[in-house]
Amino acid sequence: MIEFQQVSKTFGHWKAVDNLSLHLQDGEFTVLIGPSGSGKSTTLKMINRLVEHDSGRILFAGKEIRSFQPEDLRRRMGYAIQSNGLFPHWTVEENIGTVPALLKWPKSRIADRVTELLTLLDLEPNRYRGRYPHELSGGQQQRVGVARALAADPEILLMDEPFGALDPVTRAALQKELARIHQRSGKSIVLVTHDIDEALLLADRIVLLDKGRIAQVGTPQRILAQPASDFVADFVGRSEVGIKLLGLQTVAGRVRRGETAAGRPVPLQASLREALSAFVAQGRGSLPVVDEHGHAVGSIHYADLLAAPAEALA
Amino acid sequence: MSRTRAGWADPLLWSGGVLLLLIFGMPLLTPLFRELFPELDRPLYLQETFPALVAAHLGIVAASSAVAIVLGLGAGVLVTRAAGKDFRGLVETVVAMGQTFPPVAVLAVAVPLIGFGVWPALIALALYGLLPIVQSTIAGIESVPESVREAARGLGMNPLRVLWQVELPLALPVLIAGIRTSVIINIGTAAIASTVGAKTLGSPIIVGLSGFNTAYILQGALLVALLAIVTDLAFDRLQTRLQRGRATVPAAAPIARATTQTARSTP
Repeated sequence: MIEFQQVSKTFGHWKAVDNLSLHLQDGEFTVLIGPSGSGKSTTLKMINRLVEHDSGRILFAGKEIRSFQPEDLRRRMGYAIQSNGLFPHWTVEENIGTVPALLKWPKSRIADRVTELLTLLDLEPNRYRGRYPHELSGGQQQRVGVARALAADPEILLMDEPFGALDPVTRAALQKELARIHQRSGKSIVLVTHDIDEALLLADRIVLLDKGRIAQVGTPQRILAQPASDFVADFVGRSEVGIKLLGLQTVAGRVRRGETAAGRPVPLQASLREALSAFVAQGRGSLPVVDEHGHAVGSIHYADLLAAPAEALA
Repeated sequence: MSRTRAGWADPLLWSGGVLLLLIFGMPLLTPLFRELFPELDRPLYLQETFPALVAAHLGIVAASSAVAIVLGLGAGVLVTRAAGKDFRGLVETVVAMGQTFPPVAVLAVAVPLIGFGVWPALIALALYGLLPIVQSTIAGIESVPESVREAARGLGMNPLRVLWQVELPLALPVLIAGIRTSVIINIGTAAIASTVGAKTLGSPIIVGLSGFNTAYILQGALLVALLAIVTDLAFDRLQTRLQRGRATVPAAAPIARATTQTARSTP
């Protein structure tokens, strides 16, 4: 879908991106992560030419991105940013309809698409479509920002720290929805973040950048269990690697079906990290497991958690 | 900003009413002026009618403001583009210098070049009204959050569309504030244009000054002042409408700052 071939970008004397080669697969959820100044945002913005690369080649759908008109290229890629960038003088409907209007869709088709997207993002269409951005909460604004990026059914979705300014509860809810949208649509997504937990939660593949170079590329499990360097180990949080590995797996994979145990139950779809927390909080070695309807399905044992990291790598 | 008062308490309505009454009913006040200035033979300015003077005055203000708006907006937009960034300092300096010249001096310089009449007045007023408009255009466009501009580009708007659909609409409240300042200054300054032979509400004032006729001065000055007040109130109404009609909350803080800045830099 997107291919970087020895791409570099310099701002003055500062090498923002240094000889980067990277292939982003079709349908993959890629997370670009790194400390401030690692070049992650620059890398993202080079894809839709908000930043022009100095050397190397960037291919989109097999063609060098410079062979496209920048506006045409951008209309084929969804774009969502941190402070949502909603147009304050336009309603929710007009904001979401930005790209479809640029593509000259008929009005009725835009209206239908707005309804569809508001529903997808859990905002009641008739209540919200006529509102202005300042009449929405931060989380709702960000939902509209994501809806706007999705509006013209882009081939790839670019997101620059989309949830950075949100409170933890709202952020978690939106992360879940984004994961759901990705699963359902199979769209390629490239997301920039500096939050390693967000990266571990969402990514099929993590690209960890440091000073404009790739420090490591791999699945969340691999990055956690086999860090390529001290930098990677430090960045993912050396002392919490075990906890984070547990966070990548759900109780469903460890449950002993049919067995029973005492204590407050943990849900099947909870992460093993949450299960660990429940073991410690309740002071028990085993706990009952329930499905989403609250029906008992079995139990999970404290010792079962240990098997998780090894299996995650398999 | 308080809610607009309706009916008879509306200051725009009654100040506008007083203005109209004075324009068309000034001759009816002849006994009053005779009472006030018993030493004068002719206490009412009669060389032109007051409606004609007001029309000429407004005509000059409208023409010079239109020129100032077109030039000022153009210059302000130009220096906020990437290509025109380098000219920003120059434009701001030149425009500010334009305003440090007293309009009388501009008229004095213009007359030998263009001769007497309306043209030197138009040029002086247009130059004089430029500064607030250039400043408010720049301030207004700069008050647009960078994230909004980046989103507009990132979604695939071309530069012209970003300007027309995003930057200018969001800059509009600040822009209107600048135009308001410019027009009000011009209404006052246009009176001076009578010194070079343009017919304005300054004519009775100039004639009154040279002929020691205080009544003429009073008649001209009253109308100029009322015209400025009514126009100012009308702009105030427009700005309130604009603010109420749409969402300006994120841009509210920069707007307030830019407005006070514009107000401070005008004499």
